[in-house]
Amino acid sequence: MSGAASSYGTRHLQALFGSLGRLVRAPLATMLTLTVIGVALALPAGLAIVVNNLRTATGDFSNAVDFTVHFKLGTSIDRVQQVAAGARERSGVESVTVKTAEQALEEFKQASGFGDALAALEDNPLPHHLVVRPAKGASGPAEVESLRRYFAAFPEVEIVQLDLDWVRRLHSLLDVLKRALWVVIAVLGLGVLAVIGNTIRLEIQQRRPEIEVTKLVGGSNAFVRRPFLYTGIFYGLGGALLAALIVFGALTYLDRAVGDLSAQYGGRFHLEGLGGEGMGLLVAVGTVLGWLGALISTGRHLRQIEPRA
Amino acid sequence: MISFDNVAKRYPNGREALAGVTFTIQPGEFVFLTGRSGAGKSSVLKLIALLERPSRGVVTVAGQNTGSLKAGRIPAFRRAIGVVFQDHKLLVDRPIYDNVALPLVVAGTPLKEVDRRVRAALDQVGLLGRERSSPLELSVGEQQRVGIARAVVSKPQLLIADEPTGNLDPGLAVEVMRVFKRFQEVGVTVVIASHDPHLVEQFGQREIVLDAGRIASDTFRAGHAARMTAQAPQLSNLPDIHT
Repeated sequence: MSGAASSYGTRHLQALFGSLGRLVRAPLATMLTLTVIGVALALPAGLAIVVNNLRTATGDFSNAVDFTVHFKLGTSIDRVQQVAAGARERSGVESVTVKTAEQALEEFKQASGFGDALAALEDNPLPHHLVVRPAKGASGPAEVESLRRYFAAFPEVEIVQLDLDWVRRLHSLLDVLKRALWVVIAVLGLGVLAVIGNTIRLEIQQRRPEIEVTKLVGGSNAFVRRPFLYTGIFYGLGGALLAALIVFGALTYLDRAVGDLSAQYGGRFHLEGLGGEGMGLLVAVGTVLGWLGALISTGRHLRQIEPRA
Repeated sequence: MISFDNVAKRYPNGREALAGVTFTIQPGEFVFLTGRSGAGKSSVLKLIALLERPSRGVVTVAGQNTGSLKAGRIPAFRRAIGVVFQDHKLLVDRPIYDNVALPLVVAGTPLKEVDRRVRAALDQVGLLGRERSSPLELSVGEQQRVGIARAVVSKPQLLIADEPTGNLDPGLAVEVMRVFKRFQEVGVTVVIASHDPHLVEQFGQREIVLDAGRIASDTFRAGHAARMTAQAPQLSNLPDIHT
């Protein structure tokens, strides 16, 4: 390492440890600031987890818009295959599965527990049918409605079974949640910026004599700003870690209750946590917010401090 | 080293501190700036240290026109000048060592070199061994000497001081002045603002007297002996003197 680079590194290390030391020497004030930032970061992180778990709990979203096309009794299986093949050519269709009347009866026997009673029937009362899954990008209410009309137009089709209201509701609900998540992220992100900016502003005021003297002996703006930027980064990083801790604690507390609840419905559902990716994102967002808050604050306030002899 | 060419300084509050001042200080000179308080002594020093820029005229320090220096270059400019203040401007929550080391730290000097130079500077002002003391544990005279050590630690070629003996009793004042004189003897240009006529007379150096923002006289005193005025600046070893 060259001399210039090493002295540059040394100055950064000095600023880093200087800031860390200052935070450690005022543990109460530091903890209070970290708590505010931690709570502000934990709320959007928690909401993101709720949205995530709701998605998992209600199943893959594309499943929700699957619909069934029932053919009239007596329609030949060849004709059914023909319609299915035609439908597969359409855009906006991900898959079309043919269920023959025999398969349908078999499934019904197993699922309903009426196997013996059904065996007594001479004729299969069930029709052939198709299970249609719209493509991922074409699962909105309008596209699904146009698909329904396409199938309903065939004279052999008895009925297209599709609960469009449910699709609409689920769509709107997830849309609302997604928007709410962004609103919460934006508002609390601004909150974190304000908290860090204000904390840094107070520290700048407190250290005004030191900043003046430093500028007086030729300290550059970058030199004066550096420790405050590190302070902001530490606040953001520490707040993010605290937020992760809060989220983890809340999930642990809730998970047992959720497990009990889903067990009563015969399920085995467990809450998903932040995961490695979410954790990384939380820490990155916290750190960047801390740095940005400090940058804005020092930009506004350090310039006003010029030495006056 | 320093030249003022018809320099005027008017502060935002409308007060005109300097009204057309012209003088030149050569490298290695020892110059007293005197005059009543409010005569413009501090303004001259502030213009030299680039704490202020001239309203009119040209201030040149070490070949650099301070009026046209970009804001980003000011820190480097200040690092080349040692400044001593009447209220010494020490950081009372830091030990002596940190105070003296500050100009080296902001310049990114390697730590070993910082250590060596801080000790050397403290030795020059007679305070070696007090590195770990707080400025508050020192006497006023000692605090002023710490201020001098901080001003000289980065070996500037120009040392300026605003009333460095203003708070000191006469004995200490002489002691502090001797410290400045020693730096001049090794080639440093020294400019000191002082309102203490006895002290100035005793040291017998070039004296620029300011009055109401103008130069009243620019004289050289040889200690208690010969006294020459700017009206007859015939000393061959003196640089250009403009009145």
